Amino acid sequence: MVDVFVCKAGELKDGEVRIVTANDADVGVYRHGGRYLAYRNVCPHQGGPACEGVMLPKVEDVIAPDRTHQGQRFDESEMHIVCPWHGYEYKLETGECATDRRIRLQRIAVIEREGGVFIAL
Amino acid sequence: MDTLDIKYRDPAQQEFDSRTLLKNAERQARQRHYEDIFICDVDAHHYENESFDQIAQFIEDPVIRQTAAAKKGMSAGRPTLMNSQVGFQDVAGRVTRYTLRRLEKSPPSPHRDITLTKRWMDAIGIDVICLFPTPMLNLGLHPQVEAEVAIARAYNRWLCDTILDAEPRLKSMLYLPFNDPEATYKVVKDFGARKGVVGFMVTSARYKPVYDNAYMKTYALLEEMGLPLSFHAAYSWDDRLVGNANRFITVHALGFTVFNMVNLANWIVNGLPERFPKLKVMWIESGLAWIPFMMQRFDNEYMMRSSECPSLKMKPSDYMRQMYFTSQPMEMVGNRTTLEDTFRMMNAETQLCYASDYPHWDMDLPSTIYDLPFLNDHQKRNILGGNAQRFFNIEPVWSDWKVQARAAKQAAAQ
Repeated sequence: MVDVFVCKAGELKDGEVRIVTANDADVGVYRHGGRYLAYRNVCPHQGGPACEGVMLPKVEDVIAPDRTHQGQRFDESEMHIVCPWHGYEYKLETGECATDRRIRLQRIAVIEREGGVFIAL
Repeated sequence: MDTLDIKYRDPAQQEFDSRTLLKNAERQARQRHYEDIFICDVDAHHYENESFDQIAQFIEDPVIRQTAAAKKGMSAGRPTLMNSQVGFQDVAGRVTRYTLRRLEKSPPSPHRDITLTKRWMDAIGIDVICLFPTPMLNLGLHPQVEAEVAIARAYNRWLCDTILDAEPRLKSMLYLPFNDPEATYKVVKDFGARKGVVGFMVTSARYKPVYDNAYMKTYALLEEMGLPLSFHAAYSWDDRLVGNANRFITVHALGFTVFNMVNLANWIVNGLPERFPKLKVMWIESGLAWIPFMMQRFDNEYMMRSSECPSLKMKPSDYMRQMYFTSQPMEMVGNRTTLEDTFRMMNAETQLCYASDYPHWDMDLPSTIYDLPFLNDHQKRNILGGNAQRFFNIEPVWSDWKVQARAAKQAAAQ
């Protein structure tokens, strides 16, 4: 395993992502909620660049106590990474597919040391 | 220790380029050695509305041509001679190539459609495509029959002159203005011998029955010319069947199969395969899950209602096994056994043709076929390109990178 430099501490702002390519390995490194999360930039569906799409909150149906539908809303507490090829959505905090927990992005370890952020490849 | 080659990108800052978007597809193509496989994508698309100014100049009727020009003045950039449908193919911005496509740079020549198309073909590992339009998939629902005819003829002429003549890797089954049977016949006569024309296509979303006697001379002509006929799926949110659906997923999932279901059923029960035994027919972009349904449903009912289909000499499923189907969008979620059964039921080895449907949102890479564990090498090669080669009666035209890759391998081996 090799530590690959990503950025200086604080360089990435919350909500931002940097793609790091080391030889053939492509990794998306996110800054979210004050911490770093990194995933292989390969969607388990058909191999798309999952980390290069949009990030959107989970969409929810709003169901009233009488079980009528009252519209939809975003749940900002659950941010999704969306693969740009087909729209598969993954929870940013865990890499799990939002609709099937058995499918997930490959998590890559992030190390913070000496004022820098590194990923272990 | 080997030195790592490290690069950094900020997706928010990078320019849009199909080659970047499809970098992982290119990696797949190299890893799977697609340079050794002829891949013919029988259903791919461009956005002809982006060239509508050029296409409109080929409209033969001067009044309709002037209408097209005037309409453009009213809504700059949008060819409102065309009808349109509500749709959310981009999943509300999640499939980013829809919004970013316009930003992709291309040189002044060749035509932008040729440049952009070959970029994604080369990235994915595809040698030849059958190119279809996009907004025109709904043209069969246009309220004015003469508009469909005018646009169809203009588009076909523009496509032949501008795209197919210029690029041998791009073929097409030309659009038939099926709401006008006489005009349909004339399109086959006028365009059937053009370079790159490998057949003709009917957009399935329309309300004209395929068994109408008015079409028989067209089918006969196609058979005589050795050109196939295809039916390309489309949806209509205005159709009463899905009119009370409130989410696009429903309209698309059902609509893209239902119109083809009706046309295929009409085709078979009216004995058209018996009347035109040499006419090859292909069903495009309805996926594969509908095929076992149609086979089982119609065989079951045919055994009880054979008097309604007196021209049939075998079961409906037997006729379906002589037809051709495109693979996309292949239903692949938790259904491996069913998928394998489907391939067996439809005789996929000879009747299935790989399709990407790129750049649309539910596109499929060749890996959807290549990675199937129940196919052997011969079957994969058939489905990825061999069956299409026979269906279209074409010789392979290889992409440059595959030719170079094979040459490099040969040189290395010596």
